[in-house]
Amino acid sequence: MNIQTRPLADLSVALDPQVNPPGAVEPVTTAAVIAPRLLSPGLAISLAFLFVLLLAATFPRAFTQFDPLIGDYALGLKPPSWEHLFGTDRLGRDVFARTIHGTRYSLLIGLGGMAISLAFGIVLGILAGQRNRFLDEATSRVFDVLSSFPGVLLAMLVVTFLGQGMLNIAIAVGIAGIPKFGRVIRAQTQLVRDADYVTHAVVYGLGRWQIFIRHVLPNVLVAVPVIATVYIGNTILAVSGLSFLGLGPQPPTPEWGVMLAESRDVLRVAWWPGVFPGLAITLTVIAFTLVGNAIQKRFEGRLA
Amino acid sequence: MWSRIISRLLTSLVVAWASVTAAFLALHALPGRIQDILAGDLEYPGLREAIAAEWGLDRSLPAQYLDFLLRILQGDFGTSYVLRQPVTEVVGSQLMPTVQLALLGGLLAIVIAVGLALLTAGRGRISRQIASFLELVFASTPVFWLGILLLMAFSFTLRWFPVSGASGWQSIVLPSLTLALPTAGLLAQVLREAMEKTLDQPFVTTVRSRGVGELVIRARHVLRHALLPAVTLGGWLIGGLLGGAVITEKVFGRPGLGTVTLGAVLTHDVPVVLAVVLLAAFIHVAASTVLDILYLLIDPRLRAQ
Repeated sequence: MNIQTRPLADLSVALDPQVNPPGAVEPVTTAAVIAPRLLSPGLAISLAFLFVLLLAATFPRAFTQFDPLIGDYALGLKPPSWEHLFGTDRLGRDVFARTIHGTRYSLLIGLGGMAISLAFGIVLGILAGQRNRFLDEATSRVFDVLSSFPGVLLAMLVVTFLGQGMLNIAIAVGIAGIPKFGRVIRAQTQLVRDADYVTHAVVYGLGRWQIFIRHVLPNVLVAVPVIATVYIGNTILAVSGLSFLGLGPQPPTPEWGVMLAESRDVLRVAWWPGVFPGLAITLTVIAFTLVGNAIQKRFEGRLA
Repeated sequence: MWSRIISRLLTSLVVAWASVTAAFLALHALPGRIQDILAGDLEYPGLREAIAAEWGLDRSLPAQYLDFLLRILQGDFGTSYVLRQPVTEVVGSQLMPTVQLALLGGLLAIVIAVGLALLTAGRGRISRQIASFLELVFASTPVFWLGILLLMAFSFTLRWFPVSGASGWQSIVLPSLTLALPTAGLLAQVLREAMEKTLDQPFVTTVRSRGVGELVIRARHVLRHALLPAVTLGGWLIGGLLGGAVITEKVFGRPGLGTVTLGAVLTHDVPVVLAVVLLAAFIHVAASTVLDILYLLIDPRLRAQ
């Protein structure tokens, strides 16, 4: 038999730039070449981390036997140990349990805020992307006005009117995010609007609405998951900032921003309540950004 | 070029006017609310009417709107519901610490970002990966957590800097660093990408062939090109710095606009919050207009269009 499968080690030699300069090698199999690029170690870790987050948000009790709200005063401010992985806070509550239970709040508020930005961004962006100069100018100015307010301050203004609370900071962050999504959807709509297949549909004699529903809308909406993953990290950051300021969920809710605000008072004697919730936020944002960038790269140039 | 500058100025005016109008509508969106807040715990017949007359709330909405516009043009943002002081005084007295913090933070961010980009753009794979990892981490870290970490390390453990307050230069080091790092992360990303694109251009090869040193090429020729995309970020960064300053002040217990705004938000003191938000929006619009015009002046290629 002269047909034999190449062993794996051979592949790494074949792809070594010193042995075979780039461009000189024929790819062995498509899968072997594409797979590592699809799933770089960073991306794989990020996906795994997000999966764990999802589990923690849905079944927090599977991760810890401690209650996030009830602590033992006698066990206040104990450093991390095998029993309390992340230590305990001032009231003797388990920081690990609180961080795990906090996943649900941070993800939910972040997703809620993004849903609001998306809903308004899609509608306004599609309006702006039509071939109507007045509509385009009007909506683009709305985006200009909204984005001329610094995000945190705009959100604070919204909270002044609506009051504190989880739903209200989701709304606040959601409003602040509208121009970001709106502008991308506008550009995407213009791109699709001028695409050849839309012109063909016009020539074919389809009605305006039929073209919009069957050809424009689906191709505009394709972009949504991409933008959403890229921006969700931002939304989670903004939400944690507002809850740190005390504008979102109130103590004793185990939300990450709230926990960090509480930790400020005990920093002098204990580092653990101020480290782990922040680590959770940062890792979550990094994971979403990496996954978002990877999705964006795959879709690049394919969106029209 | 002049027509572009004029149209840019007009757009900024429209944006500023629309922000003020949006602010007015927001102020009046919840009917009866203003009187309720002003009345507080007091309750007797005729109280609300008296308050309405005193604050001009009994007139028609268009009349109030016109009045509001005129007053804002004169720089008058009304009276704080809670402190019973003119908003301009409340905000004005707290403006300086915040502006100081935002300026220093912005400057530090630019220095860090430019340094990082100059050193790492187009270099070996490893140094670029380290740089882009650092940028990702800084851009993903919440401002307030960074502040908490710096406090832990430098104030509580090493005792180099004071924990809170705003006296002496030591007290502004950690807050401005806190504010600068996330901004620097974003800015460095943009700068590095732009520099890498510029480094591939033929003129760089020409300069290099004249025997000019690598650092000079980067600092004098490449950076100038790469700055342009970064300048477009400028207005947005200024907004981010002002917003970030509010959070940073809370972490470090510094006096300033942040403390005032947060207090106003929690007591529903609408005029104060409105004034701060409008002020920030004006600064943002003014800065991005100036930057856009500078952009035209810096880059001759844009002028020709």
